[in-house]
Amino acid sequence: MVIELSVLDLTLAALLILALAGVSLRLGLGIGQRLVVSAARTTIQLLLIGLVLKLLFDNAHFLWVAAMAAVMITAAGREVMARQKRRFVGWWGFGLGTLSMFVSSFTVSVLALLVVISNTPWYAPQYAIPLLGMVLGNTMNGIALGLDRLTHEASARRAVLEARLALGQDWDETIADTRREAIRVGMIPIINAMAAAGIVSLPGMMTGQILAGTPPVEAVKYQILVMFLIAGGTGFGTVVAVSLGARRLFDERQRLRLDRLRTSAD
Amino acid sequence: MPTLSLHQLRTRHVGPIDLDIAAGECVCIRGASGSGKSLLLRAIADLDSHAGAAVLDGRACASMPGPAWRRQVALVMAEGQWWADSVGEHFPGGCTPASLDRLGLPADALGWQVARCSTGERQRLALLRTLMQQPAVLLLDEPTGNLDEDSTARVESLLGDYRREHAAALLWVSHDPRQAARVAQRRFMLEDGRLVEEGEEEDGGESTSVSRARCPDAGDAAW
Repeated sequence: MVIELSVLDLTLAALLILALAGVSLRLGLGIGQRLVVSAARTTIQLLLIGLVLKLLFDNAHFLWVAAMAAVMITAAGREVMARQKRRFVGWWGFGLGTLSMFVSSFTVSVLALLVVISNTPWYAPQYAIPLLGMVLGNTMNGIALGLDRLTHEASARRAVLEARLALGQDWDETIADTRREAIRVGMIPIINAMAAAGIVSLPGMMTGQILAGTPPVEAVKYQILVMFLIAGGTGFGTVVAVSLGARRLFDERQRLRLDRLRTSAD
Repeated sequence: MPTLSLHQLRTRHVGPIDLDIAAGECVCIRGASGSGKSLLLRAIADLDSHAGAAVLDGRACASMPGPAWRRQVALVMAEGQWWADSVGEHFPGGCTPASLDRLGLPADALGWQVARCSTGERQRLALLRTLMQQPAVLLLDEPTGNLDEDSTARVESLLGDYRREHAAALLWVSHDPRQAARVAQRRFMLEDGRLVEEGEEEDGGESTSVSRARCPDAGDAAW
């Protein structure tokens, strides 16, 4: 059913990237090198994961699936940290996003595997890994956006926050507006994606299933499930990460502690 | 009676500071820019980490939660900050028209939009916002910094009455030696992180001291 792609087919598509890099060079955008490196990373990383998944599918042992999931969440935690302009110093920088993704993405994915899909075994990697990957990828975006907004706003509005503290407000009241805004920012992309799905955009997973020959209505049902899981994972993950981050901005004397943030060089 | 005591208080390049301010007393601190006057006030309000102790009526700052301490030992910053659109939203308990009137503000000032207030209006409103919480100690960072002479006199008079009526302790940072002479019972210079008390005789130069240029409170008329 699936039409196999040859190396030549992919090379033709790669010409697009090279053409874009040429335009970047011509216009002095200074982004050509990053474009080519990113395209190369995509190629290598996806080929590697293809091999890993093939291996995993052949050896569907729980421990292997769990190890794979652990690697994915660690990578996502690093990615969240790397995207922060101002990150928390020490273990908080990595731990905040990773912990939040663990509570949200893991819970949501395991719940879906056990209750909704109820495959045997429930951790069957054909379902578990792609599902976790999709939920994790989107949760990662939401948490990164939310945390970035939180730390940016707290730094920019330092004087206001300290004035509220000086008036005797507690940390929770002082940071409430900023926290609410940061959570909203983290959740908006998935809300927009759900609103536009099917009208403006055809989600990638569904498109992939249809390309692979799945009847459209079956593919759509899976896509709806995945959308809801992503929304749940992103929403709860962002709430947890931003709330923990907001608390971390204040110490036990309820002072604003922006020295707990470090501006990254990039 | 609220008495504020500082024991060996240190924060960054300021300190150690030992100072007692009695109930109903006003102490003025002057010092060059960057000498750490604002840092000292921030440390007393427990907004910055510090060594040493601050004690109010025998109750140490460290023995109560930060917000409880800051409601009693209230810092009025040089630059008032506003987070909501209307002035009134920053006054959860409202504001008595008499207080507004004493600072030359109309009774409907709480209905104003913050963005349309002049710098001088905001400074007076920020002071009132704190006074309405009836703190025992006021830490005032240049409370008349953006005010014309008339408004300055009104603020000094209101704070003097507040100090007497509530037996409040005032720590007043000012650039103006004449204002210090008017409002304070004791005056200090902050030099190299230490407080040096100024004697009465140093005020002999008051008549020759150059009056600090003030920003006219032009926005009042424009509003």
